[in-house]
Amino acid sequence: MDSQTTYNYKVVRQFTVMTVVWGIVGMLVGVIIAAELVWPQLSFDLPWLHFGRLRPLHTNAVIFAFGGSALFATSYYVVQRTCQVRLFAGGLAAFTFWGWTLVIVLAAVSLPLGITTSKEYAELEWPIDLLITLVWVAYAIVFFGTIMKRRVKHIYVANWFYGAFILTIAVLHIVNSAALPVSLTKSYSVYPGAIDAMVQWWYGHNAVGFFLTAGFLGMMYYFVPKQAGRPVYSYRLSVVHFWALISTYMWAGPHHLHYTALPVWAQSLGMVFSLILLAPSWGGMINGIMTLSGAWHKLRDDPILKFLIVSLSFYGMSTFEGPMMSIKTVNALSHYTDWTIGHVHSGALGWVAMVSIGSVYFLIPKLFGREQMYSIRLIDWHFWMSTIGVVLYIVAMWISGIMQGLMWRAVNEDGTLTYSFVESLEAMYPFYFVRFLGGALFLTGMLVMAYNVIKTVSGARPADAPIPQTA
Amino acid sequence: MDINTLRGIATALALIAFIGVWIWAWSGKRKRAFDEAANLPFADDNIDQNSKGGQHDCQ
Repeated sequence: MDSQTTYNYKVVRQFTVMTVVWGIVGMLVGVIIAAELVWPQLSFDLPWLHFGRLRPLHTNAVIFAFGGSALFATSYYVVQRTCQVRLFAGGLAAFTFWGWTLVIVLAAVSLPLGITTSKEYAELEWPIDLLITLVWVAYAIVFFGTIMKRRVKHIYVANWFYGAFILTIAVLHIVNSAALPVSLTKSYSVYPGAIDAMVQWWYGHNAVGFFLTAGFLGMMYYFVPKQAGRPVYSYRLSVVHFWALISTYMWAGPHHLHYTALPVWAQSLGMVFSLILLAPSWGGMINGIMTLSGAWHKLRDDPILKFLIVSLSFYGMSTFEGPMMSIKTVNALSHYTDWTIGHVHSGALGWVAMVSIGSVYFLIPKLFGREQMYSIRLIDWHFWMSTIGVVLYIVAMWISGIMQGLMWRAVNEDGTLTYSFVESLEAMYPFYFVRFLGGALFLTGMLVMAYNVIKTVSGARPADAPIPQTA
Repeated sequence: MDINTLRGIATALALIAFIGVWIWAWSGKRKRAFDEAANLPFADDNIDQNSKGGQHDCQ
């Protein structure tokens, strides 16, 4: 029964719980493929378990199922609470949950079967793409509809970031997925050659910039102040942060195509904008971390705050590393090596996952009418497992990646290659094992979280907070 | 007009817009509005107490 006197927490609850579930599923697939790289026989020669098919399943599951659910849940919560109004179009909101779930299930079936467009992070075939479009349009209507009927004057900065994320993903998805279907499970991109590559990485990098950054910055701008109990360090800085970030990210994509058939000027443009990106990224990070200024002691005994603040540290680290790697001469060493994988995971595990985990720990008790999570100590355990897991992962990939790059480019005096490819592969083995350990530790932390969530939720009744009545 | 002149103008406009956002954000007139906005996450703090124990049975 819809009641206009309470917030719509039902859809928030659904997405919040699924964030934990999809997090475990996506990371489990990640650990499996990490293990396959150490012990290749683990695929049992079955095509469905092959690394090449499970890898897109892993990326889709963690980005769109885990990250997507976290974004849906938090954006629906934040937009209601900061607009002081119930979610617009509750039916459509319910459709976004079931539609998104169907997208994820279809991905989990089609990708292992080898049905793919082969576009990275956009592997899903055209019928699923159409469903994504429908869900996304519904999402936009619900979100912006809620903002339009808000009962407060201002649109809080978190909603600006969520709004930019929703709008941009709609544009990116529609443009990059434009394809000519030849059958139900096969289509061809409408773009030819280098243009296709350019469109793909315009999409790909902005998926990072808007899905994995702007959306989660929205999360940061609400949950960090809430958990710290004080408003964001500088609201003015957040305004400049927003406009600078969204206008710069759009142009950084070509750094994925250095030294390819892409025109050189486009490569240089991508590199320059990637370098500029350091400024807004660090502006936002500093704004988030400095919110704690004067209340640093809270970090000592609040593991949720630890998750949020450490996620910002990883954000700062990977947004320094990213611009550095976009410099062509650095890229000549780093591209196609494990360094890239390490970089992605310092962003994905360190920033995206940890800020989401912190936010979910904040949300769960509120959504189920509990004072706090079942065990604060277990959150602390989870925090340390995650942190050590990420560090193991990225350090292993740094060493392995730089070593790979150096081995591939080493030449003898007569111009022949010093190392064969297999020799570089052999050298990577120990680091692949360390990466597997780091990932497994991170996954174990997620299982601790699941236990904590189950204990918190069991016996609790869903709680829908009342909307404050203005005089 | 030469395409490069157009590019130059576009770059200059982007710079002006960027500086404009800074000036706007730091102008004294915006201070009060920004303070209000910054406190929005806390504007409805009191309701979470009410939501404890699941007395609100509205689904």
